[in-house]
Order: sequence, then C-alpha cells, then structure tokens
Amino acid sequence: MTSRKIEILVGLFVAAAIAAFFMLAMSVSNMSSYTGGESYQLTARFDNVGGLKVRSAVAAGGVTIGRVSDIQYNSETYEAIVSMNIESKYNKFPIDTAASILTSGLLGEQFVGFEPGAEEEYLKQGDEIDLTQSALVLEQIIGQFLYSKADEE
Amino acid sequence: MINALLNKIQHLGAATICSFRRLGRASIFLLEVMLSCVSMLTRPALLVKQLYSVGVQTLIIIVVAGLFVGMVMALQSYYALVDFGAEDSVGVMVALSLLRELGPVVTALLFAGRAGSALTAEIGLMKATEQLSGMEMMAVNPMQRIVAPRFLAGFIAMPLLATIFSAVGIIGAYLVAVQMLGLDSGSFWSQPQNKVDLYLDLYNGIIKSLVFGFVATWIAVFEGYDCIPTSEGLGQATTRTVVHSSLAILFLDFILTALMFAK
Amino acid sequence: MPFVKPVMAGHIFNLTIRRYFACYNLEKTTTFPIKKAAGLSDILVKIRDLHFSRGDRKIFDGLSMDIPRQGITAIMGPSGTGKTTLLKLIGGQLTPDSGTVEVDGLNVHRLPTRKLFELRQRMGMLFQSGALLTDLSVFENVAYPLREHTKLNEAMIRHLVLLKLNAVGLRGAAQMMPSEMSGGMARRVALARAIALDPMMIMYDEPFTGQDPISMGVLVSLISELNSALNICSIVVSHDVPETLSIADQAHIISAGKVIESGTPESLKNSTSQWTHQFVHGDPDGPVPFHYPAAPIMEDLYQTGK
Repeated sequence: MTSRKIEILVGLFVAAAIAAFFMLAMSVSNMSSYTGGESYQLTARFDNVGGLKVRSAVAAGGVTIGRVSDIQYNSETYEAIVSMNIESKYNKFPIDTAASILTSGLLGEQFVGFEPGAEEEYLKQGDEIDLTQSALVLEQIIGQFLYSKADEE
Repeated sequence: MINALLNKIQHLGAATICSFRRLGRASIFLLEVMLSCVSMLTRPALLVKQLYSVGVQTLIIIVVAGLFVGMVMALQSYYALVDFGAEDSVGVMVALSLLRELGPVVTALLFAGRAGSALTAEIGLMKATEQLSGMEMMAVNPMQRIVAPRFLAGFIAMPLLATIFSAVGIIGAYLVAVQMLGLDSGSFWSQPQNKVDLYLDLYNGIIKSLVFGFVATWIAVFEGYDCIPTSEGLGQATTRTVVHSSLAILFLDFILTALMFAK
Repeated sequence: MPFVKPVMAGHIFNLTIRRYFACYNLEKTTTFPIKKAAGLSDILVKIRDLHFSRGDRKIFDGLSMDIPRQGITAIMGPSGTGKTTLLKLIGGQLTPDSGTVEVDGLNVHRLPTRKLFELRQRMGMLFQSGALLTDLSVFENVAYPLREHTKLNEAMIRHLVLLKLNAVGLRGAAQMMPSEMSGGMARRVALARAIALDPMMIMYDEPFTGQDPISMGVLVSLISELNSALNICSIVVSHDVPETLSIADQAHIISAGKVIESGTPESLKNSTSQWTHQFVHGDPDGPVPFHYPAAPIMEDLYQTGK
C-alpha cells in the first residue's frame, strides 16, 4: 500500500463524512430555517401560550414566515410576551394583523398564526401586535362545552 | 473466621488501591499523549497513515451496520406507528434516534471493538517485541511517533464515522419506509426538517461522538502501552479495552444525554 | 550459497567500512584528540555503587564497573542476574534506586530528557529480538534514525543505508520486510540500524541467543570487526561463554547483584574462584547447586502420603 493510495483513501473518507454531514444538515434537520438571513422582530402578548416553545413556527396562510425567538412572563400584567423573528421579505403585515396560537392537526405542535388586517400602515421592527388570541386549551374547551350544554337544558 | 474476613477486606482494599493507581497512571499518560500531540503538526504523514487504519478500515463495518440499523428502525417504528395512523412520523423518529443516540453510541461501540482492540494489540505487540524500547534507545519518543498519531486519529475519525453512520442509517430507513412500505417520500423528509434541530440534535450528537472517540481511543492506547508484554497480558489488555470502553461509552452517554437534553 | 557468505562477509565488510570511513574518519580523528584534550578519560561508562530492585527482588546490590572507551567489554552472568536491566540502566530507560551511571562524563539519570536523547543518539543498542519496526521495510528501518535525527537528502540517506546494510552483508535484502527474515538476519539489520548514526558505543543484548552455528559465527565476527573498524566501545551482554570470551578484550562476571570477577578472557578461564570456574566451563554442579533449595526428598515424598 503506497502512501499515495492511503492519502487518497483518507481523503475520500473525510469527503464522505463531510457529505454525510451536509446531507443530515440540509435534508433532515432544520438548518434551512437558520439561514434565513435578515429578519425583524415583533412581539405579541397572550393570556396563555399553551405548548408554544422557542423556535416554534410563525406562519401566515400556512407558510412559515419566521420563528419564535423568546417567551417571557410579565408578572405585572399576568401575560406571556412572545417575541418573534420574521423574515425581512415578509414585511407587509398591516398593523391590525391578528396573531393567534394554533395547533397543527389534533395532536400536532403549536405555532403562531398571522391573520392580516386591512390598515395601510405596516408592522415594523420592534412593533407589538395588539390583536391576539390565546392557545386553545383542550380542558377549557371541553369545560365550556359542558357548561353550555347544561345551560341549554 | 475473623482472619478470613480480614483477608477479604484486605483484597478489596488492595484492588481499590490498584485501580486508583491505574487511573492515576492513565491520567498522566493522557497528559503526556496530549502534549505529544503538538509534535504531530510537523508530521502530518503519520496522522494520515493512522487515519487510514483507524478510520478507513473501520468504515465498511460502520456503513453496513448503519444501513441495517436504519432499516430495522424504519420497520419497527412503522409497525408501532401504523396503529395510530402516524406512520408519516417514521422519518422523524428514525432521524432523531440516529442523530441523538444510535449514531454516536453504536458507532463508538463498533469503533471500540474494531479499531480500539486493534490499537491495543498493535501497541502492545510493539512493546512486547521491544520496538518501543528500541525507539527510545534511538532517541525517538514513542509517545510522539506511535501513541500520539493513533490517539489523534481515533479522536478525529470517531465523529466522521458517526456522521456517516447516521446518514447511511437514514438512507436505509428511506429505502424501507418509502421504497418497500410505500410511505410518501415528501412526509418522510419534511417531518424531520420541522422537528430535528441542527444544534440540539445534530451538533450534540457530534459532541457526543467526539467525547466517545476521545475516551475509547485513550483507553485503547493506554491499555496497549501499559500491558504486560506477554501473549497472555496482551490478550487481557485487548479484552479490557473492549469491555472498559464499551462501559465508559454507555455511562458517558447517560451523563451527556442528561446534560444536553435537560430542560 | 548462504554458506559462502559468512566467509566472504569479512572481506566485503572490511573493504566497505574502510572506504566509507575514509571520509568519515577525517572528522573522527580530528575531533577525538580535542575531546581528549578536554580532559575526558579513557573510561566511557562509569558505574558506581548501583542499587536497583524490581518489586521486592534486589537485582543490583552495590554494583560498580568501568567500561573503557575502546574495545569489547563482555558482561556475563547466569540468566536472571539483570544483565539486560544493566543495559537499560546505562541507556537511561530505567532509573536506579541509588548509585550513579556516567556515560562520557554525563550522569545519565540526572540529564533532562532532551540531553538524554542527545546522548542516546551517540549510543547504539542491539535488542535480543532485533526490535525492528515491523511496518517498515529493512531499508526504511535502517533509514529511520537518519530520517529522525538528520536533515540529509534522500540520495544521501540511500547511500548511507546501503553502505550500512552492506557492512552487515544484507544489502540484497533491503526491500524485504522484517517478518520475512530469520532471527539472525533481523539482528544484523538491527545492527546496521544501531550503527546508522555512527555511535560512540554499541550495546549488545544477548546477541548469540537462539542462533544456529552459522548465524552465530556471522554475528561473532561482525561484532569484533565492527568494533575494530569503527574503533568504538562495544558492550556485549551474554551467557554464551565461549563465543563471548573469544572476542572480548575484557570481561566482568556478575552474580547476585555484584561483580564477582573481572579480567581478560584468559585470566577468567584460569580463575581460581570455584564459582567463576563453574560458570566459564559450564559444570552442572558446583557452588551453584544442581538442586533448587528444598527439603530432603524423602521428607517431601512422605508428606504427600499423609
């Protein structure tokens, strides 16, 4: 085994490992969402964020337009403050856009959904979304359903 | 009666002292090896040669094992998930299992069995045939020329092998899930893209395999260097390498998992 | 064909060595007197009151010895008296419990690692097994110390290696691997490697053990001729008495951690000491009894019957 042959094989080995890494990064993990580049930040206050987590998706019309970057609890207003990074190319959301926490499918994970409003002015870096709808908590819905049934009777 | 008990206690004490002494020797050895690794910068050819024997020669077993592990994972998770109508999650389940656990751990276990035992045997045989002694008398430090390149090669090769293992495993799962069981290839790939995190899963898996590679290679070269230079001592050292590194890998996997995925 | 070689070896060897050292000796002869003027004695290795033990077993118990700068010094003794250990102590691979070993005026065990390695470059050692690097060819084995310690170009290294191999009669085996060689050939390659850096001394660890008569003859003449051609210090550790004594200029016999007797081969052969007589002539019984210490045999036999 000449040293040239060994070097070629080692080179191929390292190249294969790098290729494997990129395959994993590109087609299996969410790396593509990290390379979004420019983004601007919006915040929104919710009574209840349910199962929303940092890095959950922010979607409008079913298309992912950004990610949740931070979730804090404000102990003065008793609300959760959700910060979101929205990709810069989606910069035409009217200021009366509504944000609601939705669930994908029955048992799927939760995400922030945007419902665009009708104002002429657009949301920009650092703005807060006023119209919000909290996460639907299954127990509460069932409870409400039972109460309303009881009222009917 | 009391005497017999005292004897037992004495044996226990002696064994404890002995193992601590060994641990001390292994730590000093590690320090020496790491200092010697600096000299590798001037001799990259030695490292390439060891990367060949530690990495390239282990590649085949890693690829074959990875393929089958991925295929079995796909089958098993399909049977488990199909009852809930959640068979679209086969991709994400296989990807997460491979990246977080199976990739680093199975690769490290195979690595300890294939490359680790070979390293111990090689260095031990060099010791038994006075080659290490001979190098010392030629004013060549065997730490720099023999041990350091092997150690460094193991440390570098491990994450490369684990990455290849995971990638091949996912390809194997794809073959079974999509080609054989007829799942939709779109959901096979898109679910992982939503659920697998680059940092949390992929990078942490690589950090795990770096740690495993470090420990497994350390044990292998130390056992070889420290072995009793007879055929019996060499056999024992090789066995110890495989047993100790396997146990160390599984134990460290628990520790690392607890640290990495803790909320 | 191999039967002719030992006879031829001397000739070829002498020729090569002279031709080769014609250029090298210039340097040697000019530097040597300067060294002498610097006040260096004729004693190259000076061992004083050496104590060394392995575990509970005492190996050396106050050993003292002088080895001259030129000529062949034999160190002999029964198996297990620590002859190999002595060589490792001289080479600085082991550290004594107490006592000093000085080589060329330097206390081996007080030297910092870098200085010790510099000293070792001037020492050659021939291990019992040859200790050739099994993954390198014969040529690369001999080239190894040159590549490690000199910055010679490839052509020079090739030149030197072939000359060294020719000196031990194995130039034709340059491309063989160590695993393909017999023990005697491996030892000769190791000898070529030991002289690669032109050392001031060569230590031979049991060079004759396990050799057939022809290989043994080759090694005996090789050691003596190398020593006279290079004009260096050779230390031969052996228990092959007749072969060793036939080439040694002086010999030390060690036993129980001490030097028992020293002198020229002749004086040792005619020694009045019973022990020396038994060792040199290989008598089965004498001061060293045939029986390992034990209780009387009848006692032992009856004990098992109880």
